[in-house]
Amino acid sequence: MNHGADTIAAGAATGRRVTFVRVVIITLVLGGWEALSLSGWLFRDVVPSLTAIARAIGRLLANADFYSNLGITVGEIGVGLLIGGICGLATGILLGANRFLSRAYESLIYYLGPTPKIIFFPVMIMWFGVGSGSKIAMGVVSCFFPIAISAASGMRQIDRVLILVGRSFRATTWQMVSKIYLPAMREPVVNGVRLGLGVAIIGTLLAETKLSNRGMGYLIIQAYSTFDMPRMYALLIVLFVLSIGANAVIGRFGGAGMRKA
Amino acid sequence: MSGARIRGWIKSRVGARLIGAASALALIGLVELAIRAGMINRFIVPLPSEILTAIPRIIVEENVLHRFWQTMQEMLWASLLLAGVGILLGAVLHRFRIMRLACETWVGALAAAPIVLMYPLFLVIFGRSATTIVMIGFAAGLAPVILKTLEGLAGTRRVLLDVGRSFKLTSWQQFWKILLPAALPSVFVGLKLGLIFAMINIVGVEFLINFGGLGQLINELAERYDLPGTYGAICFVILTSVVFFATAERLERFLRPGE
Repeated sequence: MNHGADTIAAGAATGRRVTFVRVVIITLVLGGWEALSLSGWLFRDVVPSLTAIARAIGRLLANADFYSNLGITVGEIGVGLLIGGICGLATGILLGANRFLSRAYESLIYYLGPTPKIIFFPVMIMWFGVGSGSKIAMGVVSCFFPIAISAASGMRQIDRVLILVGRSFRATTWQMVSKIYLPAMREPVVNGVRLGLGVAIIGTLLAETKLSNRGMGYLIIQAYSTFDMPRMYALLIVLFVLSIGANAVIGRFGGAGMRKA
Repeated sequence: MSGARIRGWIKSRVGARLIGAASALALIGLVELAIRAGMINRFIVPLPSEILTAIPRIIVEENVLHRFWQTMQEMLWASLLLAGVGILLGAVLHRFRIMRLACETWVGALAAAPIVLMYPLFLVIFGRSATTIVMIGFAAGLAPVILKTLEGLAGTRRVLLDVGRSFKLTSWQQFWKILLPAALPSVFVGLKLGLIFAMINIVGVEFLINFGGLGQLINELAERYDLPGTYGAICFVILTSVVFFATAERLERFLRPGE
């Protein structure tokens, strides 16, 4: 009993120390930033003061134009993830279910996966134009590979008994996919979607910074062109928070097993 | 050859791979025919045969080998920074448990952040130079190196640590002789991941800021509307990344025999 109480007390003490260390680190980073901003060692405005950045975040969040650009980017990423996700999932299931297809084609996907996808942007512009189409296509190309690879690997991890049960009930292909395959491979698929979301965000936003007149990438490059550094920092901070938040939300669908991994 | 033996060959690993490659070539042939028949606009998709003939041209005229070397130099600097800083930070977080508890989730969050979007900021700080490209590559690849180093050091078998203690090794000897060698396979996995992230970002930023090696080549050819050249350069970059990735994988297998 006492041993249990001691363990809880030790855990609480460690928690307090961790919080203290975190507060110290944050204070040091923010203090160092402010000192660097006031020192004048770097070009003026390269490191704006914290109050300038906070004001820029406030202005950004109060601006209706920001939300319309955010909506465009979120829409492009969402459609890209949907199309790329469905294609990746279907490809992954096919490759995972059929050993011949896996041997014949999986290495192509495996090796094309880490290729920098932004290099396809000139091709996407020619195929889909300079509007949202090419940005969505960048999202699709980016997220297809991690989702397909994760789905193929998840498919191979499914307990053989579950597949045999489905077959013994004479389940149709669609029933096998919806009732057996997808529920059994939830964790690898969610992991793949998490990775896919990350790269779809990068692919879409980089395409927007390269050639666009709307969206969050455009706002960032516009802030750079006008040397509005507080606004650029504000945009980057908001984007980072949104990306990490979206990643964490999708991760929650993965369940306990994924957290363990 | 009997039907059963042919079926067996088709299902074998080599047979399946050959059929996969042959079907990819057949698809390229079909695209060639569709373009020649006017079913695909040749001003959007050039003839595969034109792309093939463009590759030697861009190698000679666009000085691809020099550009390849430029990209590789950026990769080399980024990998040196990754190995030095990433492994050091991983070791520091492992040495101080409280620091690890406080910072590990932050490093994990950093891995999920789209760091490459900070390239305009790096442009302002370092200018339109190779330093910007190297620093972006380094920043993008840092989180996996730290996390995997930490994982490797934390996963060192207890018995090895006890052996070190029984020999009364100092903290430094314990790290150098026991912890680091035991963590090396995991460290190399982290370095491989970090290098892949670095390479993706280095070529991407080269393309975006039109500076450096292979990424800049694609941007320049696209701006000149040299379609076969653009597609050829894309094929070259894909080939480079495939060779890079395959080499990294072989290296990992060499360092982790039996896994």
